[in-house]
Amino acid sequence: MPGAIYAEGLVKTFGDVRALDGVDLDVPEGTVLGLLGPNGAGKTTTVRCLTTLLRPDRGKAVVAGVDVLKHPDTVRRSIGLSGQFAAVDEYLTGRENLQMVGQLYQMKAKAAKQRAADLLEQFNLADAADRPAKTYSGGMRRRLDLAAALVVSPPVMFMDEPTTGLDPRNRQQLWEVIKQLVSGGTTLLLTTQYLEEADHLAHDIAVVDHGRVIAKGTSDQLKARTGGERVEVVVHERAHIADAAEVLRGFGKGETTVEEHTRKLTVPVTGGAKLLAEVIRELDTRGIEMDDIGLRRPTLDDVFLSLTGHMAEAADQDEANGKEAVK
Amino acid sequence: MSAVSDAVRITAPGNPVSRSIRDSLIVAKRNLIRMSRIPEVVIFGLIQPIMFVVLFTYVFGGSMKIDGSTSAEGYKNFLMAGIFAQTVTFATASSGAGIADDMHKGLIDRFRSLPMARGAVLTGRTLADLVQTALTLLILAVVALLVGWRVGTFHDTNAGRVLAAFGLLLLLGYAFTWIGALIGLTVRTPEAATSGGLVWLFPVTFLSGAFVDTSNMTPWLRHIAEWNPFSATVQAARVLFGNPGQSHSTAWPMEHPVWASLIYSVLIVVVFRTLAVRKYRSATA
Ligand SMILES: Nc1ncnc2c1ncn2[C@@H]1O[C@H](COP(=O)(O)OP(=O)(O)OP(=O)(O)O)[C@@H](O)[C@H]1O
Ligand SMILES: [Mg+2]
Repeated sequence: MPGAIYAEGLVKTFGDVRALDGVDLDVPEGTVLGLLGPNGAGKTTTVRCLTTLLRPDRGKAVVAGVDVLKHPDTVRRSIGLSGQFAAVDEYLTGRENLQMVGQLYQMKAKAAKQRAADLLEQFNLADAADRPAKTYSGGMRRRLDLAAALVVSPPVMFMDEPTTGLDPRNRQQLWEVIKQLVSGGTTLLLTTQYLEEADHLAHDIAVVDHGRVIAKGTSDQLKARTGGERVEVVVHERAHIADAAEVLRGFGKGETTVEEHTRKLTVPVTGGAKLLAEVIRELDTRGIEMDDIGLRRPTLDDVFLSLTGHMAEAADQDEANGKEAVK
Repeated sequence: MSAVSDAVRITAPGNPVSRSIRDSLIVAKRNLIRMSRIPEVVIFGLIQPIMFVVLFTYVFGGSMKIDGSTSAEGYKNFLMAGIFAQTVTFATASSGAGIADDMHKGLIDRFRSLPMARGAVLTGRTLADLVQTALTLLILAVVALLVGWRVGTFHDTNAGRVLAAFGLLLLLGYAFTWIGALIGLTVRTPEAATSGGLVWLFPVTFLSGAFVDTSNMTPWLRHIAEWNPFSATVQAARVLFGNPGQSHSTAWPMEHPVWASLIYSVLIVVVFRTLAVRKYRSATA
């Protein structure tokens, strides 16, 4: 049986832009899928197709057990959406916005009012509740929009970059809200640019690029795919870089990379903490002073960069710039 | 953080008709709150028709031939039905701009992801515009009375007939807001919707019996003017107000202006509502 969110071969073109080029997704009920990908990868387009806002040219989508293309009206009763850009009425107050959404979800006026008050409290908007949303800061609007998506608790939620523009405290609080939702059985599809967020919240991660899912799995699986651990050293003096590089080559299982300006050296290793201790001892023996040393596991950032190849692009760019400078 | 678990589940849809009415009223209320917070829009919307009343009355009055006479008094009483009718059609631009703005700001996306009745966002907007039009018309009627407009100057009328005239004017305005809704959904920016809602109104309202006696027009223009849906309402209002300058043409809409006005307006609502709702459902911001 397919999951609470299921997509197969979604294709969507805008003129000659192929925004989606066969997206497949399967999110089991009660889990969180983190959708990662560079700008323009097709994350928002995927969300819009799954939330009945956009009709894909081809493919199949099932949300909460209902075919999205055949019964969009039924799907709308089972979903909540917080889009990439806050969709709140600027001239209405925060409270009026939430009450309106509640009533449009067919809540009674009184219940909608109560719900709005609770949500304003929960999203730290109580003080601004009776001001027009026009006067809200970017993060406040974002929170109001999220609150609007949570007026009812639909079985399936979509959040497109929910924490973009939120300060660390509000981000943490939203994470708590999300965890609570999911523990209550909600299925969530979340797009994000904060890989830490995906790591923290998502059971599964799908990386999209050029309108396709290019990798999926748990955060650990993806990290394992990207490669093992590395030792990273920052030496105190530039003069010691060559020496340190020689030491690392002795322990490393691959090429040592050197960043001159930060005095940082990195080498892939196997052997964990024990090996790290040996490296430290050897560097010490040779009198190389260190500012920092550590064993680093790949982060989702590394996964992201290696999968979407933007690191390579960036490097090419640097090289090109360098050549320019030489001329 | 307990509010999440308190969240209600979405209820099953009720009777579609009552739901559609309820959703439309919720959206209408939202638009009325908006309008009350941006009163400039309503005020600027009033300036033009008031200017028209004053300019037409004092500049054209005295040189226009109405029922064979060029008295300023006669033109004034002839004119008001035309200005009222033109004013109600300006709601086209307002509803178009409002809907385009909602598209632009992503609000339409929010609405389209909610389990609402499908025409409610547009119906709510047109209803709010109707309220605004009624208010504008009321103020304009007061201004018209101040510059000397009177009903029953040509033949007798009564309060019921005068109210019926305003009713037909409002219905025309309501019908035109559906044209505006379709324009707003098509052009997507509020600026384009405003100009797109206005440009074609000028030929439509001037190619009519609103400001001049159609019998002085070249025959082909006269035919267009007499069959222009807009002229039907103007003629109906003139007849019901008992004001001078009524067309003596034998064209059907001029002989039966009240029916013609009703039929035209209802037809416009039916056609443009259908088109606009269809467009709304497939709209992408
Ligand atoms: N309405 C539209 N008309 C034309 N092109 C569009 C439209 N919507 C999206 N696109 C194109 O489709 C591609 C995917 O866009 P999408 O918004 O899905 O990217 P995204 O992954 O959400 O990016 P971001 O991280 O910047 O939000 C982009 O090339 C974009 O230019
Ligand atoms: Mg996006």
